[in-house]
Amino acid sequence: MADVTFTVNGKSLQAPAGTLLIDACKRSGIEIPAFCYYEGLALQAACRMCLVEVEKAPKLLAGCTLPVAEGMVVHTESPAVVKARKTTLEFLLTNHPLDCPVCDKGGECELQDMVFRYGAGESRFTEIKHHVDEKQWSPVVYFDAPRCILCYRCVRICDEGLGVKALGVTNRGAYAEITPNKGDHLECDECGSCIDICPVGALTSGIYRYQTRPWEMEHVGTICTHCSNGCKTTLGVKNDQIIRGNNRDRSGINGEFLCVKGRYAFDFVGHAERLQSPLMRVDGKLVEVSWSKALAHVAQKFSEIKAAGGKFGVIGSEHTTNEENFYLQKFARQGLGTPHIDHRRSGDVPALLDAVSGKSGALATTADLYNAKAVLIIGSDLSQQHPFLAYQIRSDARHHQAKIFTVTEGPVREDKVAAKKVRAAAGEQLAAVMGLAEDLRAAGDLVVVFGDSIQGSAVGELVSFIDSLGVPAKYVCLVDYANSRGALDMGLAPHLGPGYHAAAQTGMSLSEMLADATLDALWVVGSNPLKSAKLASEKAFVVVQELFLTETAQRADVVLPAASAYEKSGTVTNVCGEAQRLRKAVSVMGAKADLDIFGLLARGMRLDLGQAAPDKVFEEIRTSVHGYNVPLPVIATGGAAMTAPVNGRLPAAAQPPAIQSARDSLFTSGSLGRYSKVLKTVLEAPGGLYKP
Amino acid sequence: MTFSPELEQRFAEMAAKYPEGRQKACLIPMLMYAQDEVGYMTEELKEEIAKRLGISVLEVNEVVGYYTMMRKKRMGKTHLQICTNISCLLWDGDKLWERACQKLGIGHNEVTADGAISLEEVECIGACSWAPAIQTNYDFHHNVTPEQLDKLIDDLRKA
Repeated sequence: MADVTFTVNGKSLQAPAGTLLIDACKRSGIEIPAFCYYEGLALQAACRMCLVEVEKAPKLLAGCTLPVAEGMVVHTESPAVVKARKTTLEFLLTNHPLDCPVCDKGGECELQDMVFRYGAGESRFTEIKHHVDEKQWSPVVYFDAPRCILCYRCVRICDEGLGVKALGVTNRGAYAEITPNKGDHLECDECGSCIDICPVGALTSGIYRYQTRPWEMEHVGTICTHCSNGCKTTLGVKNDQIIRGNNRDRSGINGEFLCVKGRYAFDFVGHAERLQSPLMRVDGKLVEVSWSKALAHVAQKFSEIKAAGGKFGVIGSEHTTNEENFYLQKFARQGLGTPHIDHRRSGDVPALLDAVSGKSGALATTADLYNAKAVLIIGSDLSQQHPFLAYQIRSDARHHQAKIFTVTEGPVREDKVAAKKVRAAAGEQLAAVMGLAEDLRAAGDLVVVFGDSIQGSAVGELVSFIDSLGVPAKYVCLVDYANSRGALDMGLAPHLGPGYHAAAQTGMSLSEMLADATLDALWVVGSNPLKSAKLASEKAFVVVQELFLTETAQRADVVLPAASAYEKSGTVTNVCGEAQRLRKAVSVMGAKADLDIFGLLARGMRLDLGQAAPDKVFEEIRTSVHGYNVPLPVIATGGAAMTAPVNGRLPAAAQPPAIQSARDSLFTSGSLGRYSKVLKTVLEAPGGLYKP
Repeated sequence: MTFSPELEQRFAEMAAKYPEGRQKACLIPMLMYAQDEVGYMTEELKEEIAKRLGISVLEVNEVVGYYTMMRKKRMGKTHLQICTNISCLLWDGDKLWERACQKLGIGHNEVTADGAISLEEVECIGACSWAPAIQTNYDFHHNVTPEQLDKLIDDLRKA
């Protein structure tokens, strides 16, 4: 829309017609305080904090619902406005306890800031404050009604942002109260968005409350290590312990969005069963040994097997960093001279890259999901498995009226905003998509999100079908974990090297390695393949780098305690191919980063694989891996840089790889989830009552 | 939960008046008509209406909590509502209120032991021109004098 010119506090400003005054002012650096107004959510106009003086208007107007108009003259800090705000604050404080020193929100409370600014600490009210006892709604959500200022932010973020609608307001006036959907408790995603968005201390987190003060923590912005969406989570760290996770500074691709895992499930880091010392099998039993003894033993055994021309199998991780994955494949291929390297695969990314070869801009970013005119979701319950992608799509439907199409096995939450929903079994989803041809053509500008139901040749068929529609399309191939995509990009595949170039020699896939009775050594890094399979080779010398004594670690000859993503630096690549930087938040005694372990083993084996330091390896990745020549300033400052993998036909695998998503829900996260107390104690945890 | 055939018929007609997908708009009239039949907002009633309109029980509770005319507990056979808002107050509505309380021995939102009469002090019932006004269920009584109130209560007791 055309720009209009208006004046605020004597300053001439311009903004597109229809812009809300509060937004227009914010963009020009003029603050209009507000509690209920929240960018991206429906207007509420409930708190009266944003009142401004508009010339020729008979009384003060609410800046949050007032569109700017040509020639409008506004004063945001005139005596009348200041007086009105002070009065509003006095009203808000009628029942609000004035006990900031013991309130969990103290120090980052918006009401506290405003009262401090406008000096409304004294009140004309002498009546006894209406008190209601604090309630616990779930292991993570506590509600203290008297502190609530009824801004409805929590109600709106839950309904509009998450699509859950677990919160409402019952009763009226001074007795109005935020109420959970199950009377006295919540049944929801337990994402904690309501807690974060609360401007006061009414909603507090069961995990964080009364642990510390916000200014006593160090805030470390890193990437969530659970699912593949790559949300930035800012960890609050004190005394080498993670106390909370949130993203209030809206840095990163996810803005302030986080699900239960990103916000709370960092607690596996301090789990009592965390491995803190290397273990070595002595007389059939795993016993604790020193790092030097364990590493020397592994280096010696590896050297012996290598010298004897033995067969190595290497299984990488979906959680380790790009640097670690790159170094591991280099270690395997150059150091050990084995082509047998793989990892558990959850999405057919190579098939997608092959199918879109020759196209430019065919891979969608997370931002594209928010801006697309239409989104087609195939075979995934996004709200459960990829909560941030689901959030983006829901926001796209809400803000841009995007047309959403769902082709899934069962009902999904996205149905609520879908233009069309189709139910089809995994094998019939491609055919079902083709049945939507007319709708998809009409919608135009499409992003296609598909899960493991579309793999192998089906991916090519899907892409050529979408091509035949003649509308611009971008794709997201869903993968499971924080660096599933990076593992493929870095060449943890038997037939593909880094950047999807053909490996010099095609090796065995993960299942083939496990089934090979002649395997001499198996090296498993951050993966648990023996949870659901057996290792055929009885003589194999098994080395496992893990956080916990998993099924695979129990079979190991040497277990090396590894550091989690929150304890190391490096980069990870999310489901859309956006590379982001991990920052080390804490250290756990006894554990080492996988990259450090690789470096020490390489030294022990006298291999020259280059320095095993994150920055050095990343520099090597930037200069040698196709598509990873990303701008360093973006990565270094915590931004997300889109990688551009090879554009061309990919070598075919010797045989179709077994690709299956773990289908984690919001409350599971592979073996990490098993060690997260939060994920297991929320009522909705798998097996609970929750029907999303 | 089912309602009487007449009420079911009424609900069906009401739902048809709104465009597809906007049936939620029937919530308030549905609750009111159902209350007349059921007596008050039972959990079962709220769940049934939520189910019929495709909304959550919480959404029904938001509305029920907001409106005082939606009763949270079983009231008397006759619900006596006495206005003490400004116009009625000027015409001694408050005295009527006190008189009724004394005569019945109950207070605001309370029910007599026999369940015949319940009492509620209400805000403006829109009958200011005929103040002081009181309401028994849906019937209005205008320019009420203390004697008329006594007679009304006696009649209700006998009935």
